[in-house]
Amino acid sequence: MSDQKPPSAPPPFGEVSRRSFLRNSAILASGAAALAASLAPLRELSNYTSVELFLQKHYKELTPAEMQKVLDRIAREVEQQYHIRPRVRDYKPMDGVEFVYCLNLTRCIGCRKCVHACVAENNQSRNPEIQYIRVLKMPHGSLDMERADHNYAPASVPEKGFFYMPVQCQQCKNPPCVKVCPVKATWQEPDGITVIDYDWCIGCRYCEAACPYFARRFNWTKPSIPKERLNPEMSYLGNRPRRQGVMEKCHFCIQRTRQGKYPACLEVCPAGARKFGNALDPESEVAYILKNKRVFIQLKEELGTSPRFFYYFDV
Amino acid sequence: MSLRTKIRNYFVFLWRCARIAFAGDSRYYAWMGFLSIIILLGINAYAKQFVHGLIVTGMSDQVSWGVYIANFTFMVGIAAAAAMLVIPVYIYNNKELHDLVIFGELLAVAAILMCLAFVAVDLGRPDRFWHLIPGIGKFNFPGSMLSWDVIVLNGYLLLNVHICGYLLYCRYLGKTPAKWFYIPFVFLAIAWAVSIHTVTAFLYVGLGGRPFWNSSIVGPRFLASAFTAGPALIILALQVIRRVTDYHIHDRALLTLRSIVQVSMLINVFLLVNEIFKEFYTRTSHVASSRYLYFGLHGHHALVPWIWVAIIFNLVSMTLLVLPLSKSLRYLNVACVLAITGIWIEKGMGLVVPGFIPTPLGEMVEYSPSLNETLVCLGIWAFGILCYTIFLRMSIPILQGRLSRANEGLPDVHLVNAR
Repeated sequence: MSDQKPPSAPPPFGEVSRRSFLRNSAILASGAAALAASLAPLRELSNYTSVELFLQKHYKELTPAEMQKVLDRIAREVEQQYHIRPRVRDYKPMDGVEFVYCLNLTRCIGCRKCVHACVAENNQSRNPEIQYIRVLKMPHGSLDMERADHNYAPASVPEKGFFYMPVQCQQCKNPPCVKVCPVKATWQEPDGITVIDYDWCIGCRYCEAACPYFARRFNWTKPSIPKERLNPEMSYLGNRPRRQGVMEKCHFCIQRTRQGKYPACLEVCPAGARKFGNALDPESEVAYILKNKRVFIQLKEELGTSPRFFYYFDV
Repeated sequence: MSLRTKIRNYFVFLWRCARIAFAGDSRYYAWMGFLSIIILLGINAYAKQFVHGLIVTGMSDQVSWGVYIANFTFMVGIAAAAAMLVIPVYIYNNKELHDLVIFGELLAVAAILMCLAFVAVDLGRPDRFWHLIPGIGKFNFPGSMLSWDVIVLNGYLLLNVHICGYLLYCRYLGKTPAKWFYIPFVFLAIAWAVSIHTVTAFLYVGLGGRPFWNSSIVGPRFLASAFTAGPALIILALQVIRRVTDYHIHDRALLTLRSIVQVSMLINVFLLVNEIFKEFYTRTSHVASSRYLYFGLHGHHALVPWIWVAIIFNLVSMTLLVLPLSKSLRYLNVACVLAITGIWIEKGMGLVVPGFIPTPLGEMVEYSPSLNETLVCLGIWAFGILCYTIFLRMSIPILQGRLSRANEGLPDVHLVNAR
């Protein structure tokens, strides 16, 4: 332990304060300069947020008039950035509708056309690349996803001895992502679609950690979409362009399906492996499949998430 | 005394505390200058991240949390460990530790500030921070464990700031603290300390899609490792304090802490053995993350050297701690450094990262922090150490009676003298 130094007699009072005043000013000035220098990267910041966006309320708290203003703001921003006037709408769920997806594993050939149709429809970032659908190449006789190949690239598909399993948001009835979100930026709509308010998400990525299906994607940087590829038919909870630092994922093409159209991935599928519709309508194709196909599975059924996405086989 | 005088006294107290934080000898300035430079490097790195996004980190959609959340988790443990000084003093009336409790509580305050910083830099949209504030934002309570964490961490911060602030101010005024005004909070803070680390464990445990975390042993392991690393850090901090100041700390206090670290380390290693047995004896498909962590999987083994270093450090530390050898401070310090490092690795890289590998769809993507991310972390560490240094710089003269209401207005001898 060190021994105590005897207190040195303080120099005359006024002198100390003048000298220390000058010294302190010098320290403060150089400190402020160093701080300013360290913050220099902020000068590159552009279009990060706006007063309107910063103060915007949660989706569920916006009145119709406020929502219109928000949609106008989004249209304005898109036009500014892409020089295309988009049509931005907020489509509401339809009564008596619960969307489900059925995917025929016997038919899927692993061509990944669905992946790219999805990117084009939903204005995903091309650089860095964001894709909602991940197609797994699986060896026959196993559903163990640890044996899946994610990056297969043969000259032609399908390959002998394998089957293909596309995975996207499973639109769970009991979604772990919704449960963990600290700010209720993601929730389940009455028609079964789990949506994200891109203007409310804080980017903590807890939902991404919670999802058992690797369905969520984060905007690690500012997304970039070539102007000529932009889809101008947009919706608030769907395919409008996202900002840096927020989460996104498959929303069953909400801007199409809430108008009675099919999702983009279904329309493009050359094998007819994808079926989509209203499970509450007994006449629908999906109701027929769920009733009559003898083999169908929900991924990771044991987790209790209860997906609205069913995989089936032709028997 | 009129209310006006009271308020005036309090502001004079705050002002004098603030002044003393900027005064010291050349070693003090060198130390603070060094920390400030690292903080500025961290701020610079964070400014880059703010502009370009989290892409400047090593994280990805596959491994979506990294060293920020790992350090956060570790620091929650350090903060919780203040309870390990409070319990002996306030429940078992331990005399040796009595005057040292405040150093533990101040460490907890600095640790929580670091936790909040680590969470803040991990946010993709820091500008929307206010969405997390109960009342004006939209708080998913009690559904989200993260909202619980916001409450318990800030609550713990307030509790400790209140206890330390009140006790120090009373000492400054030279009056006996009113028991009713701090003892209930001390006991609340003990329970609260357990809760902050339990809630942080539940953050992981609650995720059914991640078998590596979805295990009930994570909570107990968090507490055991926190109650090892925390007091170990305090043992080292106290020795630094008595070396660089003239504040008297007896060896007996350090040896009391040694017995706490000793028992916690034994429990910590025991729980680790439990986990390893369960994972590797049953060998279900859920063992993939553990296999990746300990032995590597499908040709990926970035974490293998780390975790084995951590395990060896923990085992050597445990051996030293149970032997009478560590009654000598030199060996005790070695044991403490090994324990802190081992637990930091195990809790950080060893807990957070393998939870993501392989992904729920079986993909193997590894993670290592980028330089920018590392600089941000170093900046936050320096910020925490700077805060703790300032807290000590203010509190030691108060505890020694050199900074008090009685010597208000006199030339500040202590500004020149105390180092």
